[in-house]
Amino acid sequence: MASETIRTAPAATLRSRLPVNWLGLLPFAAFATLFLILPTMKIVIGAFQTPDGSFTFANVANLNTPSIRAAYWISIRISVASALLGCAVGFAMSAAVVLGGLPRWIRGPLLTFSGVASNFAGVPLAFAFLATLGPVGLVTVFLRSQLGIDLRLLGFNLLSFWGLTITYLFFQIPLMILIITPALDGLKREWREAAEILGATGAQYWRMVALPILFPSLLGTFALLFANAFGAVATAIALTGSSLSIAPILLFAQIRGDVLGDPHLGYALAFGMIVITGIANGIYIWLRARSERWLK
Amino acid sequence: MKRLWAWGALFLGLLYFVLPLVGMTEFSLKMRRGEYSFDAYAKVLGDPRFQETFSYSVVMALFTIAFGVLLVVPTAYWVRLKVPRARPWIEFVTLLPLVIPAIVIVFGYIRLYNTSSWLPLTGTATGTNVLLMFGYATLALPYMYRAVDTGLRTIDVGTLTEAAQSLGAGWGTILARIILPNVLVAVLSGAFLTFAIVIGEFTMAALLNRPAFGPYMQLLGANRAYEPAALAVISFSITWLCMGLIQIVSRLAPKPPSQPN
Amino acid sequence: MSESFLSIRSVRKAFGATTVVQDFNLEVAPGEFVSFLGPSGCGKTTVLRMVAGFETPTSGAIVVAGKDVTRLRPNQRNIGMVFQAYALFPNLTVAQNVGFGLKVAGMGRADIDARVKEMLALIKLPEFGDRYPYQLSGGQQQRVALARALAPKPKLLLLDEPLSALDAKVRVSLRDEIRLIQKNLGITTIFVTHDQEEALSISDRIVVMYGGKAEQVGAPFEIYNRPRTKFVANFVGTLNVLEGTVSDAAAGKVALASGEIALPGRLDGARNGEAVSLALRPEAIALGQRAGADTRLAGKIADVHFLGSVIRVKVAVGGSVVSLDTFNSPSAPPPEIGQPTDISFSASDLLVLR
Repeated sequence: MASETIRTAPAATLRSRLPVNWLGLLPFAAFATLFLILPTMKIVIGAFQTPDGSFTFANVANLNTPSIRAAYWISIRISVASALLGCAVGFAMSAAVVLGGLPRWIRGPLLTFSGVASNFAGVPLAFAFLATLGPVGLVTVFLRSQLGIDLRLLGFNLLSFWGLTITYLFFQIPLMILIITPALDGLKREWREAAEILGATGAQYWRMVALPILFPSLLGTFALLFANAFGAVATAIALTGSSLSIAPILLFAQIRGDVLGDPHLGYALAFGMIVITGIANGIYIWLRARSERWLK
Repeated sequence: MKRLWAWGALFLGLLYFVLPLVGMTEFSLKMRRGEYSFDAYAKVLGDPRFQETFSYSVVMALFTIAFGVLLVVPTAYWVRLKVPRARPWIEFVTLLPLVIPAIVIVFGYIRLYNTSSWLPLTGTATGTNVLLMFGYATLALPYMYRAVDTGLRTIDVGTLTEAAQSLGAGWGTILARIILPNVLVAVLSGAFLTFAIVIGEFTMAALLNRPAFGPYMQLLGANRAYEPAALAVISFSITWLCMGLIQIVSRLAPKPPSQPN
Repeated sequence: MSESFLSIRSVRKAFGATTVVQDFNLEVAPGEFVSFLGPSGCGKTTVLRMVAGFETPTSGAIVVAGKDVTRLRPNQRNIGMVFQAYALFPNLTVAQNVGFGLKVAGMGRADIDARVKEMLALIKLPEFGDRYPYQLSGGQQQRVALARALAPKPKLLLLDEPLSALDAKVRVSLRDEIRLIQKNLGITTIFVTHDQEEALSISDRIVVMYGGKAEQVGAPFEIYNRPRTKFVANFVGTLNVLEGTVSDAAAGKVALASGEIALPGRLDGARNGEAVSLALRPEAIALGQRAGADTRLAGKIADVHFLGSVIRVKVAVGGSVVSLDTFNSPSAPPPEIGQPTDISFSASDLLVLR
């Protein structure tokens, strides 16, 4: 029987089998190399190359112009703001459902909706917000006609820092809900009860037990949300039409038509983006691994 | 008391989500002055460019799904069966598209596969289409791999394979007739998610200058008022549909066989 | 009557339409170790949680050391509790876990450290202060949980199936340790378990519960040898049951398939012809004729299990099969299956279950 042959002969043929087995991963390796790793390496290496191929730091150094610095800075600010708000609101909503004593049936639909909303980004999302908070948007008109509040007079402009941040929340909050809900589930009821019977109030329990336990997840998810917002370009373009100079839009324009007058600067811009999102994601992965070890 | 705060938080949160959806739907119905109508939808659906780009994206999505399944299912299967040591590496690679922004990846494509390189994919329309498909597959890779891997985890890959081999089946037969049907639910989940991603994708298609649905939406948004809102409603409904199908399909998933502890 | 430390008076608990605990009454003396014993769903944990304050009784009162605590929150009751799943805080070290109740109460750093040191010595883990819970075995975690519960010097100690999640060997050694610590500290303790051997071996008194009611309350010896209801007799220890009918209620005669038994004075209130079950513990039965045994029934060996020092023999008597143990004797081989044999016992050892 073939299965018996497999069982009795593994040790002897293990050596000769190893390379053959790894060959089975060749298609995947080829795909990943050609369409993921090589393109990224091309960018990273190109960031340190002059047009004639020699090594240089000049490209990265040239990032240090006011307009590029401003682009990165506003990207960072939008990403931090949308990540912070996304974390806060997402946490509140998730806590409401998991710990707030709400009926059980709310949880499923909330998670499903979060799955949908976290994928509803890009151009259609921008349209939705334009139709709501834009100059003739539903909420804008409502506030002006019914409550006498003129958003424009108050300085609010959808095509700006706050406008983009509020729009980004539409996929940031659901992402937070999706990630933090399992973490909140992991808060065992017995911990709360043990704390209570030892004399702790609710606030003391949260301060001394629950928040420290959740902290890696919270911080990690913040990092993830930050990276998510930083790399988003479609929504921003659709909303601001490339007028708001955030880093991805700058890169987009540069790829399209070399607006910066130096092709290798594009590489440096992209490289800068990879570094920032790479660090943020690295923080997320490290913190997630740490919190999983604790909660075994 | 606690319950009051909980309902409050939930309500305010949901308000934030409901308003834009209501706003875009309401706006999309306002094309005809003074009354609600489906004029915007009619215009959009009748626009030949809509039909072109939408069908282009649908076709691309189907190709991407097919490629994704052909790549991921055998790879995940092989990793589970023969090369478990490779698992952390493979998983790391499948997480990379989530770390590296799409714009950087497509920038790399343009620099790497342009007309003066060893693989001039961008030289022809077909070549660029192929490149775009690979790009889409890369974007969908994390989700597709995770779905299939989770699906494989619930079936005993080793035993099924040995049983099939002892009956004389070759690798192709094993994959097509034993493994695939058992992870069909997981594959479908990955497929629907891929579909949603491809239909809405903008960055890669725009920078590679392909007539996809994403760039078409953006173009319309720059020039028209009511049609973009209708497009947004259509796009959101498609996303809802895909997610809903995933839910339905997951509920039909066979329960994993109970393992003795 | 001595002053009882814990008083549970007419406590009832209903969740909607289902009554989970019915009219529960118990007086516990200071320093007493009482076990709640019963199958899952019998309400024992619910009563414990009401004493702790995690559930509020639908009606009735709970009084600890003369103070009515029924309406108090758990953090106001000064009660210690050990949970089945240990519930150690994973983000705190062992020392920080043990000192948690003291820190919450505002004790000074030096005092906390001294007390923690004392408690770690008590549970025999003096070097473990800086470890984290995930680095400890199940038994060690539960000991830390015990130290944590006892550190703030609570008035009452509650243990909710603390040994159920542990290996068999650890279970036995830890239960003795818990009892020893409890005796040394003299703290009134309630111990919930579904394991009757546990309850029998370490309790001062046992409350056997079933369907939300206390079936019997008494010392282990009493619960085992004089069970008052069929449930208690079946739940605690093994029981051999012989079915028969009352042939002469006045004279106390019961007719079995294999003969007649006389139980003078034990059938008051029974009617002739009524079905009755007679139960016997295995250790009360002997093979052949035992000195002093006044009743003898004929039967046939049905099964023999050689367990080493003990031989478990099953004998078919009339329509029933009784199980009894005899000691191994190197010079005498175990009986053979199919061999006809007599069994003997004292009629006074019989339990009458109606």
